Amino acid sequence: MTRPSRSTPLEETRGASASGELLLEVRDLRTHLDTKNGLVRAVDGVSFRLHSGETLGIIGESGSGKSMTVLSMLQVVPKPAARIVGGEVLYRGQNLLEKNEREMRRIRGREIAMILQDPQTSLNPVFTIGNQIVEALRLHRRDGGGKALVHRAVEALRQVRIAAPEERIRSYPHEMSGGMKQRAVGALAISCGPRIIVADEPTTSLDVTIQAQYLRLLRDLQRETGLAILFITHDFGIVAKLCRHLLVMYAGRVVEAGPVRAVFNNPAHPYTRALLGSVVRADTKAERLEAIAGQPPALWGLPSGCRFAPRCPHADDRCRKEYPPQLRVRDEASDHVASCWRLEESHGNR
Amino acid sequence: MKLSRLRRYPLLPIAVLLAILFIPALFAEWLAPHDPYQSHLRNRLQPPVFWGGTWDFVLGTDRLGRCVLSRIMHGAQYALAISAVGIFVGAAIGTLLGLVAGYARGWTDIVVMRLVDISLALPSILLALAFAAAWGPSFEAVIIVVAFVLWAYFARQIRAEVLSIRERDFVARARVAGGSHARIVLLHILPNVVNTVVVMATLQVGVVILLEAALSFLGIGVPRPTPAWGLLVADGRWLVVSAWWISFFPGVAILLAVLSVNLLGDWLRDRLDPELIEV
Repeated sequence: MTRPSRSTPLEETRGASASGELLLEVRDLRTHLDTKNGLVRAVDGVSFRLHSGETLGIIGESGSGKSMTVLSMLQVVPKPAARIVGGEVLYRGQNLLEKNEREMRRIRGREIAMILQDPQTSLNPVFTIGNQIVEALRLHRRDGGGKALVHRAVEALRQVRIAAPEERIRSYPHEMSGGMKQRAVGALAISCGPRIIVADEPTTSLDVTIQAQYLRLLRDLQRETGLAILFITHDFGIVAKLCRHLLVMYAGRVVEAGPVRAVFNNPAHPYTRALLGSVVRADTKAERLEAIAGQPPALWGLPSGCRFAPRCPHADDRCRKEYPPQLRVRDEASDHVASCWRLEESHGNR
Repeated sequence: MKLSRLRRYPLLPIAVLLAILFIPALFAEWLAPHDPYQSHLRNRLQPPVFWGGTWDFVLGTDRLGRCVLSRIMHGAQYALAISAVGIFVGAAIGTLLGLVAGYARGWTDIVVMRLVDISLALPSILLALAFAAAWGPSFEAVIIVVAFVLWAYFARQIRAEVLSIRERDFVARARVAGGSHARIVLLHILPNVVNTVVVMATLQVGVVILLEAALSFLGIGVPRPTPAWGLLVADGRWLVVSAWWISFFPGVAILLAVLSVNLLGDWLRDRLDPELIEV
């Protein structure tokens, strides 16, 4: 895999997209949830692209639709409450939303694997870690008998830097530490050789040093295998460390997207700006962290206009009535976009 | 140290009690001093050996002169066979329905749980009466009644556990790793409830022995002249004052059997809890 050289900012963003084959393209994905409070548009027109060897971060508050987006991609939304009502999920040119359950089972785990939030419960407590990896392999790889599969399991554990994997495959989850469990979950995810790993806040329940180790591990794995990683988080620090591109989600919509550096240096959407303002930074002296006014919106009966308008310090009448289109942000990055009416003004001003 | 281990896992006393139950049951043909069905009319109502009887009939004889000890030993076979088969059938049906109800939820869950409610509301004795009235008392009828009474307890307990297990991430992980629903239920959830099933099944042995004894006592269980424990107690009930041993010793057998399997169940419950194994 070739790494693009970093010369000009524009080339850097192009380089990122050119770093590999286009694996996944999500277009206008929409998922609705029936709740007792009414219809919730949990995912409302989300689009993004993911290339091999790339890490895309999805950031947003709880309930912003991050997890629902990836669950919709794999069609494992909680039924019957959730319905995928529109859009396309193109995985290497095939629309996954047109596939039936049997075909999807061959995609899940084998092509697109997932690492879940809580390593404490991601492993089945009554089986050894070796048994669980072998079980996952048996599901997807019909080749090779017991011995070969055990060998593959040991290899997978070695890949996630678990010491003495030959002995560890006989360990039960309760005999392992939290960090080691999450590594084992990682081994499970990569064991079938997927092209994409979806990591849904995998480091939330780990302590900070283990977190850093784990992120390094993910990056190394990516370098070794050319995996694409879709990383869901609410931690800007992790996004800065790990990702090249970033989506910011709010109330089921992508409000801002672009190269991480461009978004950090020049956040265009007031929500992104507010989120960045509420992060502790080591390099600036902040007396008091800024909080975003108001509550995350109740997802039923959303305003017809910009969903952030009720909490936005700049909102005007148009913001409250009409949802803003996605507009290009005028900065160094060509693919930095945001949905905010104020961008139009800045466009006009220039 | 040894004593404290013994207190935590009192396996030895349980083993002794179980041996008292199992060995006579399994080897009744060889160990029993007499044929349990044969009458010794000249030795009717013999008292047990320490009450003035002879070593020939250690626990005395009933009013037909049959050896009480031999009858109790053969009766253990029936108690164990009915417990084993009845509990196996009931546990299998209940576990399966509990798994399906807890995992699928929705309508399936509602239907299964209402059936459970109905089953729990039916008095087991009444049910047995209905069976006995329809097909006559028989060994098979008792097993059907046992299974019918027990399945609901298993279904209710397993469903409750599945409801909590299905929310854990390893089930979601199995799903995003491409597992089918059947595979998830059988390979990922079932192994997590097996402990419960085993412990419950063991604890039910005592219940079933008592149920079987009650049914036999009422004459709607295993038919005469089978030496089922309940029947033995029933046989002596008119002679309790003069020949108390006819009812007393089968009663002691029931007591010991129920006590020992309940202790075993408690011990198993402590032993099989995966989080406690290491402690």
